[in-house]
Amino acid sequence: MDVKNTPSYLYWLFCQFELITCSYLMEPWEKVLFYSFNLAMLGLLLYTTYICLAFHASSLKINPLKYKNTMSPFSLTPYSLLFTFHTLPV
Amino acid sequence: MELHERPRANGCGGARGALRNGFVRGPPGTQINHIVHNGGLYKRPFNEAFEETPMLVAVLTYVGYGVLTLFGYLRDFMRQWKIEKCQNATEREEQKDFVPLYQDFENFYNRNLYMRIRDSWNRPICSVPGAKVDMMERVSHDYNWTFTYTGRVIKDIINMGSYNYLGFAQKTGACQEAAAKVLSQYGAGVCSTRQEMGNLDKHEELEKLVARFLGVESAMAYGMGFATNSMNIPALVGKGCLILSDELNHASLVLGARLSGATIRIFKHNNMQSLEKLLKDAIVHGQPRTRRPWKKILILYLYLDEAHSIGALGPSGRGVVDYFGLDPEDVDVMMGTFTKSFGAAGGYIGGKKELIDYLRTYSHSAAYATSMSPPVVEQIITSVKCIMGEDGTTIGRARVQQLAENTRYFRRRLKEMGFIIYGNEDSPVVPLMLYMPAKIGAFGREMLKRNIGVVVVGFPATPIIESRARFCLSAAHTKEMLDTALKEINEVGDLLQLKYSRRRLVPLLDRPFDETTYEETED
Repeated sequence: MDVKNTPSYLYWLFCQFELITCSYLMEPWEKVLFYSFNLAMLGLLLYTTYICLAFHASSLKINPLKYKNTMSPFSLTPYSLLFTFHTLPV
Repeated sequence: MELHERPRANGCGGARGALRNGFVRGPPGTQINHIVHNGGLYKRPFNEAFEETPMLVAVLTYVGYGVLTLFGYLRDFMRQWKIEKCQNATEREEQKDFVPLYQDFENFYNRNLYMRIRDSWNRPICSVPGAKVDMMERVSHDYNWTFTYTGRVIKDIINMGSYNYLGFAQKTGACQEAAAKVLSQYGAGVCSTRQEMGNLDKHEELEKLVARFLGVESAMAYGMGFATNSMNIPALVGKGCLILSDELNHASLVLGARLSGATIRIFKHNNMQSLEKLLKDAIVHGQPRTRRPWKKILILYLYLDEAHSIGALGPSGRGVVDYFGLDPEDVDVMMGTFTKSFGAAGGYIGGKKELIDYLRTYSHSAAYATSMSPPVVEQIITSVKCIMGEDGTTIGRARVQQLAENTRYFRRRLKEMGFIIYGNEDSPVVPLMLYMPAKIGAFGREMLKRNIGVVVVGFPATPIIESRARFCLSAAHTKEMLDTALKEINEVGDLLQLKYSRRRLVPLLDRPFDETTYEETED
């Protein structure tokens, strides 16, 4: 595929996405549903990434040994995350 | 013991430790063992390649089917609750406690997956299906549930879909003239069967000619190629007999085998070891339950179905027997059709005189089917004579050579472009792998937009992830046409990312073999 500029490349990438996920074959309302679901998922992913990154970044500054028994960064669940997020010592 | 010293006709086994399925085992480090070489005794190498499906492509294909299936469930839910208008067949209200008719997977597939790409199939054409074809334009306003014709005709589409191998599907030329002459003599219909008033001198002439063409003692012609298989196998075998059938055999052979009531055993595609094992087991154990010996054993390998190969393969166009330089006498039942290379309709069975005489008496096709239309018979006679060179020209031979040349050229170019191409390198049917369901529809539409008619194939005709486009080459294609087609295929291949090939070949044996296809008809 010889691509002339960025917009056409992005359009081509979008076409590939449509072909792989079969949204190419969908009716318009199905496409709306499919894309909004995907965008929502993407948004959720970005949001949780943002929160986790904030937590990891802040946990880097503190002494890990001190909080060893209270929580491990590997046992993160959304619930514990929300619960501990506000109670973290700064 | 002497038997084992001689190399066997199927090319497997032999004195020096059986090579699996006759593979060429190269020195370590070489990759030539990926090419199936299924017969050391054939005069010609048997180069058949099936490139492995790339893992990523397989995963993405399943993702696509997953998305479509989820949306299918959603649509079914909406139809059930009358949120959406239901356009497909449903159970009748008064039969709601009966066995459901529309709930199996094939119905789900038709409603929710096939319907989205249905416009790629059954397009009506309105000219002779030669190298170029005219097609009726049609549109759908309700997402392929119904079609309306715009009244316009799409002219001069390059036809890559018809099984017109030797280009005898013509509206001009010697065949057409001869058929027209016979039409004015005999008319179009015969209105009777071969055993009653429908046995014309033309039929006798055709059968003698076909027997001579095939190099067999006797032959019989039928009005329909599919029925030739499905109606004659039940005449040959019955209850208490055994049929050994290739796993990829055509639907007509499968139907015929099932109708016969014989026990069916399936061997792996083109795999002589698998056949040998099944045959040994079957002979040792005998009939199921009773353990009596089999009445008859029909191996659908010595029953040779040459539907596509006759006319298309071999230096003189006499099919696979000619291609491998074998003796037609070694094949018990030679079957083939006139629908493809000869541009006509019908099928034939050739073999020993006793066999054909038996079939003339007992075959359903002979007793119940109306005999072939005389102009069709004349078309076959003229085209067979043309291939044999009995019309005094070399047109037939030139066409066979042209087809072989076109096939090699087309396959080589597609491989160079990086597509995954299946099959034997001399086969004029060229499957190009598409894999993903959305690409089936997209490929058909994009090619038609570029004035090239192709056939795309998906489930249930192929395994679910092995969707493909199937090009059929013809001697009528000129080099310019092929170059145009290749240029457009290249363009569409880039657009849809179809160039999956990583040039790694897997041997035939590693193809998945579904154990559940093994079946047995219990009486």
